[in-house]
Amino acid sequence: MTMSLEVEGLRKEFDGRKVLQGVDLRVAPGEVFALVGPSGVGKTTLLRCIDFLLRPEAGVVRFDGREAPNSPPEQLALRRQIGMVAQNPLLFRGSLSYNVSFGLCVRGVEDPELTERTLVALAAVGLRDLADAKASNLSAGEAQRVAFARAIVVRPEILLLDEFTANLDPANVAQLENAVTAYHRQTGATVLIVTHNLFQAKRIATRAAFLFGGQIVETDDVDTFFTNPKDERTGAFVRGEMPY
Amino acid sequence: MLTVAGDIVGITLLSLLVCGTSTLIATLIAIPLGVTLGLREVGGQRLLRNILFTLYGLPPVLAGLLVFLLLSRSGPLGGLGLLFTPLGMVFAQVVVVTPIILGITMSVVATVERRVKETAFVLGADRWQLSVTVVRQAAAGILTAVMVGFGRAISEVGAVFIVGGHIEGQTQVLTTTIITDISQAAYGHAVALGVILLVIAAVVYSLLYRLQERTMP
Repeated sequence: MTMSLEVEGLRKEFDGRKVLQGVDLRVAPGEVFALVGPSGVGKTTLLRCIDFLLRPEAGVVRFDGREAPNSPPEQLALRRQIGMVAQNPLLFRGSLSYNVSFGLCVRGVEDPELTERTLVALAAVGLRDLADAKASNLSAGEAQRVAFARAIVVRPEILLLDEFTANLDPANVAQLENAVTAYHRQTGATVLIVTHNLFQAKRIATRAAFLFGGQIVETDDVDTFFTNPKDERTGAFVRGEMPY
Repeated sequence: MLTVAGDIVGITLLSLLVCGTSTLIATLIAIPLGVTLGLREVGGQRLLRNILFTLYGLPPVLAGLLVFLLLSRSGPLGGLGLLFTPLGMVFAQVVVVTPIILGITMSVVATVERRVKETAFVLGADRWQLSVTVVRQAAAGILTAVMVGFGRAISEVGAVFIVGGHIEGQTQVLTTTIITDISQAAYGHAVALGVILLVIAAVVYSLLYRLQERTMP
């Protein structure tokens, strides 16, 4: 259950503002990869291009070496192998169970498997006891945990995490990071984490890349990336001296 | 006394039948159409929206006149024999109520947060499942559209007066009877009918409100 992810020459602009200017990136099957960079450099845009939410002006995204398809049925099949958690996830009106089981329902999973998997996913983020609670009554940290459970319940081969612990307290951050590690260990899924939290990138990822100026500046294993970066801009960023 | 009570019961039942049927028919037409138009941008949508908003303010007497001309013996639908019948009144009310439910449904669905659609998309929903999700998330607003539509139907007087003709024992409804009562200085009778109208509205709205609450987050 692993899938490689490759991005080549990706370009995306909004109203003439060039956000991504030829991004090249390769994430190996089963790898936990951190994409770091200051706010506003296009990290989220890149994830949204990968997950078919945005159409890039140029460039290709490849999954397991195959270019992302254009036909809706093929695209749907591929989309269903990708999970994504946004920085400020939206929870649907309804219970936690409804939210977490959503991905299973649209894939045709029925009871008793539906309920069982939903509860297991909620347990993975410590919310099993709140399965019937209304999603609208949750705290930000709990909502983020539900969003994570909702993403992993369908066992995606690629998991995209977009600043998924931003603005959370340390306990919630730790719980979510542990859940990511556990999911990765159990499934061997490919995980791409977008973050500006360098400590998080160090804790979870095995490789990291620095996105700046619409391009990938540097990619390396996390130890080298953080202790001995080759590019001056990467060094400045990891030392917290990045001029914005 | 018994005759008066019997009249009131008959008038009330016909009012409920005409308003209920017209709201139901308008709902069945307007909700699927409103959801479809709200979900996707189609050519001429802005023009359609402008027409709908104009029809919100369509004076019921004008709607009644148009339906009257359509159903009159020399009109295109004259052969159906619906003029001065409860069915004709339903027709007139459907014309008045449908744009209201359609317009509100369309706006509610179109303004469901873009992120709802994106979230369902990211979670693997296909096109149909995406639409169902949006409708489910917009359910409270769609019910509001039905409530507003029913409110318009139950309080409507001009169109049903013209198309129904207010024929005793056949096409009298609460609102038209209140008007004629006032013209005949039968104020007590008019007030009694007004109270019945209010009770009907209260019962129907409380039922719809309960239903709406169940769809709330």
